Amino acid sequence: MSNDILEHNVALEATPGNQFFEPFHVTPELEAEANERISHYPADQKRSAVLMLLHAVQHQFGYISAEALEWVAGKLEIEPIKVLEVVSFYPGFRQSAPGKFHIRVCRTLSCAMAGSGELMEKLCELTGIDRSKSDPHHHPVAVSPCGKWSLEFAECLASCGTAPVCLVNDDFHEGVAPEKAQDLLTKYDSSEQ
Amino acid sequence: MSVTYKAGKEPHEKEYRLIFKNVDREGWDTSLDTYENEGGYEMLNKALKMETQSITNEVKASGLRGRGGAGFPTGVKWGFIPPNNTKPVYLICNCDESEPGTFKDRYIVHQDPHQLIEGMVISCFAVGAHTAYIYIREEFPEAATIVEKAIAEARAKNYVGKDVLGSGFDCEIYVHRGAGAYICGEETGLIESLEGKRPYPRIKPPYFPAAMGLYLAPTIVNNVESLCHVVHILRMGGEEYAKLGVARNTGTRILCVSGDVKKPGYFEVEVGKVTFRELLFDMCGGPKEGREFKAVIPGGSSSKILRCDESFKIRQGDSEVNLDFMDLPLDFDTLAAAGSMAGSGGVIVLDDSRKMSWVLNNINHFYAHESCGQCTPCREGSTWMRKLSDRIVEGKASPTDIDTLESVAYQIDGKTVCAFGEASSWPVEAIVAKFKDELVSETSTNNDDAILTPEEASATKYL
Ligand SMILES: Cc1cc2nc3c(=O)[nH]c(=O)nc-3n(C[C@H](O)[C@H](O)[C@H](O)COP(=O)(O)O)c2cc1C
Ligand code: SF4
Ligand code: FES
Repeated sequence: MSNDILEHNVALEATPGNQFFEPFHVTPELEAEANERISHYPADQKRSAVLMLLHAVQHQFGYISAEALEWVAGKLEIEPIKVLEVVSFYPGFRQSAPGKFHIRVCRTLSCAMAGSGELMEKLCELTGIDRSKSDPHHHPVAVSPCGKWSLEFAECLASCGTAPVCLVNDDFHEGVAPEKAQDLLTKYDSSEQ
Repeated sequence: MSVTYKAGKEPHEKEYRLIFKNVDREGWDTSLDTYENEGGYEMLNKALKMETQSITNEVKASGLRGRGGAGFPTGVKWGFIPPNNTKPVYLICNCDESEPGTFKDRYIVHQDPHQLIEGMVISCFAVGAHTAYIYIREEFPEAATIVEKAIAEARAKNYVGKDVLGSGFDCEIYVHRGAGAYICGEETGLIESLEGKRPYPRIKPPYFPAAMGLYLAPTIVNNVESLCHVVHILRMGGEEYAKLGVARNTGTRILCVSGDVKKPGYFEVEVGKVTFRELLFDMCGGPKEGREFKAVIPGGSSSKILRCDESFKIRQGDSEVNLDFMDLPLDFDTLAAAGSMAGSGGVIVLDDSRKMSWVLNNINHFYAHESCGQCTPCREGSTWMRKLSDRIVEGKASPTDIDTLESVAYQIDGKTVCAFGEASSWPVEAIVAKFKDELVSETSTNNDDAILTPEEASATKYL
């Protein structure tokens, strides 16, 4: 029953970003981290660790695949559907691979007033990303044809005083005026070698 | 010891720094050594020698009101734990910081994590909690690392963990990360999220966290800034602390200013001691070149907008006074009397270059995106409001759409499981009430007669 649900609900769409991530597999480090995280909650409340486990998985493998989802469910001794309902609710979790560098531009008022809409347009232009298929909920995450970049709007990143702001993977950038879009990309492009 | 700040980050002379004393400070870092060098964890030591009830009494005497949004008295909240409780008590620090316009907790968790940890351990001791969680929004990945490192350092010195400083009191603190959903800032949504579920807020009553919170056990949820204030209340004593600020609006609070001012940023001030004029002109350098202030959203995007040319009747003591917008002091009671709220301290400033339809549409997109979807008025209504304001900015709206917009807002307000319903409808109610002419001027009766296919016609009927 539960696997049936997964089969019908988990999109397995490959994106150009897949080349930069290993397919999900359980490493001793991941196992250890999961066990540590689970120990932070009462023994009969393992389910509480689901967000932390999903973060650990997504951090390493880029997104939450069906295999990853089943592994998390097994670790927490809950039905896979309970993990899926979490993954599908929170904007912070992805079900397909992002680019190697995932950029989240703040869309909300103070950043929009400072030009974050134009910043997004500029980034789309420079990376060749087409966001026209993204819905008002910013889905799906749009990946560049080369797989190196992906773009998404985020809601207020809590730095409105230094607008416009964005996150690139885990790095926070403030005061990113639209004309600084190229500099931002160059920084990551050249950090690659 | 003299305190100096990084160039360009010096506090304004009207500021009063307690919580932000170490933010952007020269030579300051997040290490435990640095914090200890300035008397860090001395208040924890003091607290552990006090009666737990007398700590709560100090917090009550301080008059501290929660800095997360609702402004509820912290000491009173602590007192709501049922006296005959036998379950474990939990403390949760709300670091979801997701109300648009708010950016204060960010600096505390990135630059002064030990202040927060000290505040949390003291608060745990006061309310009898042995486990605490810091719920950090997912978009603060660096903060999660910094705070976890700080907890580990504190544990190594026995400020956290078993038998804290030999007092016999056990206290563990863990970091829990969110995943990009605004509704996790609402305390019962946060609790559901911590339980590993979708963050659907719970109905109050009966689910007041202090009585039935995490795992249905008594749980105190407080904002990051609120918990930091506890350290200073213990240092100063509740009564001394209450001398800061004004009556019923005590202490300091951090105002976050963004939008159309010359110098946006954070300012820690005594509550109620600074007016909009002082904040916007003196501290933020006034409007941008050639511009004039038009309107201000005073306490995060959910709070009702105020026009800069409005004046208000405000009760002061026994008399009523007429105050122009610029002369309003920014405290909880005054902003409530002006029909808005102090909320989270996020002040968003708009100048005369801004179209209100565009501003409203941006806000509506936020709420339509963030509704958890659990109750119909909010889930459907927030999307309807978004679609209506989409129509206005696209020039496709007719004047009656403005009335529809207003009516949708009033059908959400007060009819939902959680206060998100108000958060999403108040901006609409206020902008329509105060800028109706401007909104109507962007509509056209010609749009009434637009030829629609039957599908389009029925779609617009239901929006
Ligand atoms: C929709 C919504 C979002 C909220 N977001 C936050 C938030 O991001 N941070 C916060 O501290 N409180 C937030 N709150 C308020 C919390 O529910 C709660 O009142 C607060 O954390 C209590 O802490 P305090 O008493 O110290 O203010 C939010 C409330 C609502 C209704
Ligand atoms: S008011 Fe909105 S956010 Fe709150 S429970 Fe209802 S649908 Fe969810
Ligand atoms: S609006 Fe962009 S950080 Fe708040």
